[in-house]
Order: sequence, then structure tokens, then C-alpha cells
Amino acid sequence: MKARIGVYVCHCGTNIAGVIDAEEVAKYAATLPDVVVARDIMYTCSDPGQNTIREDIEKHGLNRVVIAACSPKMHENTFRKTLESAGLNPYLLEIANIREQASWPHFREREKATEKAKALVRAAVAKAKLLEPLEKRELMVEKSVLVIGGGVAGIQAALDLAEAGLKVYLVEKSPSIGGHMAQLNKTFPTIDCSACILTPRMVDVANHPNITLLAYSEVVKVEGYVGNFEVTILKKARYVDEELCAGCGACADACPRKVPNEFDVGLSKRKAIYVPFPQAVPLKYTIDPASCLYMKYGRCKLCVEACPRGAINFDQKDEEVKVKVGAIIVAAGFKTFDARRIPSLGYGKYRNVITGLELERLSNASGPTGGAVLTASGEKPKSIAFIQCVGSRDLKYNSWCCRIGCMATLKQAFLIKEDDPDTEVYVCHIDMRTAGKGYEEFYRKLREMGVRFIHGVPSELFEDSDGKLMFKVFDQATCHMIELKVDMVVLQTGLEPAEDVERLQKMLNVSLSPEGFFLEAHPKLQPVEASTRGIFFAGCCHSPKDIAETVAHASAAATKAITLLSKGKVAVDPLTATINPEVCSGCEICIGICPYRAIQLTEYGGRRRAKIVDVLCQGCGSCVAACPSNAIEMKGFTEKQILAQIDALTEG
Amino acid sequence: MSRIEYPANIRVIRVMCSSRIDPVHVLYALKSGADGVLVSGCHPGDCHYINGNHRAKRRIILLKEMLKQLGLEPERVKIDWVSASEGERFTRIVKEFVEELKKLGPNPLREGIWEV
Ligand SMILES: Cc1cc2nc3c(=O)[nH]c(=O)nc-3n(C[C@H](O)[C@H](O)[C@H](O)COP(=O)(O)OP(=O)(O)OC[C@H]3O[C@@H](n4cnc5c(N)ncnc54)[C@H](O)[C@@H]3O)c2cc1C
Ligand code: SF4
Ligand code: SF4
Repeated sequence: MKARIGVYVCHCGTNIAGVIDAEEVAKYAATLPDVVVARDIMYTCSDPGQNTIREDIEKHGLNRVVIAACSPKMHENTFRKTLESAGLNPYLLEIANIREQASWPHFREREKATEKAKALVRAAVAKAKLLEPLEKRELMVEKSVLVIGGGVAGIQAALDLAEAGLKVYLVEKSPSIGGHMAQLNKTFPTIDCSACILTPRMVDVANHPNITLLAYSEVVKVEGYVGNFEVTILKKARYVDEELCAGCGACADACPRKVPNEFDVGLSKRKAIYVPFPQAVPLKYTIDPASCLYMKYGRCKLCVEACPRGAINFDQKDEEVKVKVGAIIVAAGFKTFDARRIPSLGYGKYRNVITGLELERLSNASGPTGGAVLTASGEKPKSIAFIQCVGSRDLKYNSWCCRIGCMATLKQAFLIKEDDPDTEVYVCHIDMRTAGKGYEEFYRKLREMGVRFIHGVPSELFEDSDGKLMFKVFDQATCHMIELKVDMVVLQTGLEPAEDVERLQKMLNVSLSPEGFFLEAHPKLQPVEASTRGIFFAGCCHSPKDIAETVAHASAAATKAITLLSKGKVAVDPLTATINPEVCSGCEICIGICPYRAIQLTEYGGRRRAKIVDVLCQGCGSCVAACPSNAIEMKGFTEKQILAQIDALTEG
Repeated sequence: MSRIEYPANIRVIRVMCSSRIDPVHVLYALKSGADGVLVSGCHPGDCHYINGNHRAKRRIILLKEMLKQLGLEPERVKIDWVSASEGERFTRIVKEFVEELKKLGPNPLREGIWEV
């Protein structure tokens, strides 16, 4: 069929037409071969703009449309739908980006910009001629979701999904859900009790009929693709029968073995059989095989005697659970920067240098000291200095801002001042960052409460013979060197990617940013989607966030998963690569190249041939350029189309 | 309106990932008279398509070797990394590239000095 092309040159108000002579470009387009109509339109994406295109398709029998407007990232989908609604295959569209690529960057060179716009339109017309209709394939989906990580992000996402009627598998690697929020004392800026707002949600997770909670478990394998992931989960042996354990704790009372409690950041002891904290969900005891006397030395079993329900079972084995899900939400959270990496700050060496997270535990009524903030010698500190941005905003360690450190310090300083207004509190900062609802107001309140803010951070701390800490810091606000001697120093350590991210990244075939946080598909428009379809990110595994932001992000991820699965099927984007088995030599080079493991070996006419699984293919084109037999073609970006564009652009 | 400017003599072809670019495309563009070809992709380790940019880099490095053997200045081909939010960086790269190409002078293939 002969191409009948319509070309639409958008003014985009003055964004384009303020620089480029849109009318002239349209006139020029009309002279190009196979162009049947060419117009300039004020706003092509508006209703009247789209209607003009629809009418032309009908009236002039157009079978290709070229739109010269903004980036295809903006409106490619809008215009595909326009074509579709006029009965034209949506892939018979080509966009010439004359805004980002011509009017904006060349706003002072109107003529050159107009010339460039013409060239871009010429190339788009040349490509459009060679476009072929492409069909979307529909795929049935599993109406269930895997959530990895049971911090507040995973909890929020799981509850939203379950409420929407989807089946949820929530996998948490530690014995209880809750994440870091369960460790916090109060939350800024409202000073709500963290556990009081979190634990009801944890209980909701445990009780929701649509949620299967797999705590003390890890995802070990993910296969398949959007709508149809096959997931293998390793449920680690607790050596306690979850059905029988009533959470009474008789076993832990009897257990003679004490080890540092991770939940209290090592500030208290737990037993070898334990729950991390009293409100743990599920409230099931776990034997830590690395410290259990029986497991290490073959003798003890006091817990077996103590348990009134016979729940302890040393023969329990790790168990593999296989589930099918339609989507995956990663909510693996963060870890805090290890302050030992900066030895000059004395953490781990000076006993009264602690971290912000340790202070959360110390000030918590259910923490190791029953809520009393005490120095190593057991006294109430009369003076405390906070040091901000430890490991953060520092090219030697983590370049990024941890986003919550300033507010966490303000909260902790508030609680200290509230407890005893006479305690001297200093905050040494690079600058205080308090963007957020009610945050700046909170900062002002602390200044009024007499907290001393010093615009500078010390590079080295010293311990005096009396256990006090001394340091010098240059205050940029007053241009004075300040010398301080305090009872306690709190290092506000930054947030960094969780331990396991690289394994997760490989397993899920998603991307990480250079910092090691999960990388979203688009920083503005797709903040929760992975570039691999069907996978979403929630909370701090994507970037540091406070609780409110984490919850909003998690709800957004849940909503995206619900939207994806609600129709029961998903359309597979046809812009994928295909292999011509007649030409393929079976060399397998492409198989190793494909970053999405989308290429498999099959039989074709008795020979080994490569074949692309269209749902897995993301359309990057790596394989196309790699294939030595030129057997692979990329739909929408074919060899012929690209060469035609080069021809059109180098002409004239 | 964005106030970032770069020279108006560059023409753009969109591909989904820098790894879609076959060295043949670059050679074809040079043969067709382009004075230079810039391949730009995501930063290493930050690839939208996981690792496509590494593949592109390797191919372009090889291609530059080949250009040398053909007697064409390898500086006519450049690969660099620009993320979606780095307008300034893109501008700088384009400006520098255009300057370099000006120094090299017109593409001898275009001038008809050589036949391919
Ligand atoms: C000292 C300090 C004070 C803070 N104070 C406040 C405050 O007052 N107000 C506020 O709004 N925010 C505060 N925050 C921030 C708050 O802690 C975070 O916003 C919140 O915890 C983020 O939740 P999350 O679910 O994304 O991550 P996390 O809480 O880290 O939860 C992640 C969960 O995933 C699990 N997990 C990790 N990897 C895997 C895996 N591979 N498989 C299965 N499970 C996995 C982890 O065990 C964990 O349970 C503070 C943070 C710190 C460090
Ligand atoms: S057998 Fe292990 S868990 Fe049980 S009481 Fe002894 S040390 Fe503790
Ligand atoms: S185009 Fe990319 S994703 Fe698709 S099969 Fe080829 S290499 Fe894999």
C-alpha cells in the first residue's frame, strides 16, 4: 500500500512557534514525497488538535502520521491513542521532536532552528514511510503480588493490595516485620509514638485474609515475566513450630545463652531463642543456630523442657515455597552508615560516642535502659552534641543527603530538652535541611528551646580522662572556632542501600543507581516503576525517605500494581526484537548479550536457533547490533528505518 | 523555556538504547557526509537497560580503531554519557565535539575526496 502521510507541526503555544516558523515547516513538509496533508496546529495534544488529525485520517485516507512537536516521552502515547481512535494502527506514528531538539536549544538562532526542524521532519517522514502496523499481544495475569521487605513500606503496600482484593505474599528476612520504624522512639515532627502507630498495622498484616506473611524468609529465585512471575522463597527453619508456639516466652526464660540483641543495636542482650521485640509479628520464637548451645555443642535443650506446648523442633528444615505472582514490589529498605569507617570520630572506641539509631533505642521506654538516656557510666548526660551528616554529603563516603538526619536530630534534641531543659544540646551541622510539612516550624521551635546550632562539623573527637568528649569546630555563622567538652556525642549516620540489594538486583533484573538504590523507570513520571515491567519499588530501597514519604511511595507502588493487574490481562508492547530463524546461524552470541535473558534456544527445522520471548524483551536493541548474521530485526527501529533517517538527515 | 543552548548543526536519531547502534550506522552516517557522530547513552552503572551502554562503548571503541586503519580521524566518532537530567552536560559535550570537528575540517568522504 502506498504511504499517505499527514504531517502536523505543533506550535506548542510559543514553546515551538516562538522560535521556529511552524507554518513554514508545515509548508515544507507538504512538498515531501508521500505527504498528503501538512498543517501547523496551536496545541496538537489538545482535543481540537487531536480531532483535526482524526478528521484528516478519515477525509484523506491517511495511513501514516508524523507529528512534529515535543519529546515522544511526553505524548507518544497520547498520539498513539489518537490514531487508534481513528481506526489506524497506533504504531503508524512517528514523532519529530522539534521542541527539546530544536526550538529550546536554539532559541537565539531562529533560522537555524527552523532549518533543523525541517530536517527532523524530513527524517520522520522518511521513517514513517517504512513503518509497519504492529499488534499488541494480550497476556493473562496472576492476581497476586509479592512484596519483598516488611518495613513500613512493605506493610503499607501489602495492606493496600490486600484491601483491593489481591492476594499478597509478604516476605521479610528477619523474624518479625516492622523494619527500622519499629526501632524508633517517637517520630518527627508530631512526636507520635512510633510503635503506637506501627503495631496496629503489623497486626492487620498478620490478620488479613489476603496476606500470607512469610517472615524469616528470603526470595531466592524469580523467573518469568510481568503477570506471570514464578517465585521461590526460602522459609528458614526457626526450630520452633509456628503452629504450636503461643509466644509465651517460657523457652527464652529458660535459655542460658545470652547474645547481643540486634534490635537494640547491640545495647541489650537477648537469648539464643528469642523474639526481636515484644510486639513482634508474627509473635513466634526463633532459635538462632549460631548461638544455640544445643546446635553448637549438642547439649542443653532447656527450652524443650520449658515449652508447655512442645513447640520446639530441632529437626525442622529450611523449606522452599513456590508461588506465582503477577507483580513484585521491592521494599527492602536501607541500612545506616557504619560510623567506624570514620575512625577520627571515635565511634566504637570512645564509649560515649553513639549513633542516632542507638539514641532511638536508649530513649525508648521499651529499650535497653527503659527510656533513660545514660552515659556509659550510667549517668544522665548534662551536655550532648549531635554531629550531622556522618558519612553523608561526603564524596569520600556517600555523596547523597540522607534526607532524614536533620529532622531526626531535631526530634531527638526536642525529647532531650523536654525531659530536662537544663541539658545543653549542640547540633553541629553542614546546614539544616528542613523541607517538609511542619518541619521548618519544628526547627524554629528548637531554636527557641535553646538548642545551640553550630554551622560546621568537627573532623576529630578526643576523649578526656573523665570520659568526656572534646572537639573543636569552626562555626561559619559566627566565624569563630568553638571548643566544646560534652558528656555524650551522637553521630547522625546517613542512610545507605540495604545489604542485599545487589543480589536482589540480579535476581529481578532491574537497575540500580550509582549509589546502589533501585533505579526507577523515570525520575519524574514513573517514580515507583522499575524499567522491567511488573516490578515496583517502595520506600527507602529507592532513596532515603521519611516515614510519610515512604508510606506515600508504598501506596503509589501498590496502586500501580493494582492498576496493572486489575484487568486480568496485560498488553505486551510490540516494540520488541524478533529473530528470523531462516537467517539465524545459532551462534548464541545474542543470548549472552541480552540484559533481560529474553533470548532462548529452540529447534527450527531440526537446527538450533535463537528465539526471543517477546514478553521479556524490553526492546533495547543490544542483540540486533550484535548479531553477526543480521538475523535480528527491531520492530519500530528497523535497520531500514534508521538508515532512511540517516539519509534524510545528511541530505542538503 | 530552558535557556541551555548548543550548536544548531547537530541532527538527532532516536534509538531506545545506545546498544541499538550498530557501527554500520555510524559508518553510514559518515559516508553520507556527517562530519562526526556522537553516540550518547546513560552513565555507566546507571543504564536504563541494565548494561546496554557498556556494549555500546565496546563497539564504538572498536569502531574508532577501525577508522584509524581506514585513515579517517577516529575523533569524528565520540561516545559519552548523559542522563535525562543533564542538559548542561549534554550541551557541553556537543559544544566541545563541534569545536573538535571544526578543527578537523570537513569530512573527506563528503567532499568527494575519497570514494568508499
Ligand atoms: C535514627 C533514625 C531516626 C528516624 N526517625 C524518623 C522519624 O522520626 N520520622 C520519620 O518519618 N522517619 C524517621 N526515620 C526514617 C524511617 O526509619 C524510614 O523512613 C522508614 O523506616 C523506611 O521504611 P522502609 O520500609 O522503606 O525501610 P526499612 O524500615 O529499612 O524496612 C525494610 C525491611 O525490609 C527487610 N528486608 C531487607 N532486605 C530484604 C530482603 N532481601 N528480603 C526480605 N526482606 C528484606 C528488612 O529486614 C526490613 O524489615 C528515621 C531513621 C533513622 C535511621
Ligand atoms: S537449646 Fe538452644 S535455644 Fe534452647 S535453651 Fe538451649 S541454647 Fe537456648
Ligand atoms: S532487544 Fe534487548 S531485550 Fe530484546 S531480546 Fe534483544 S537484547 Fe534482549
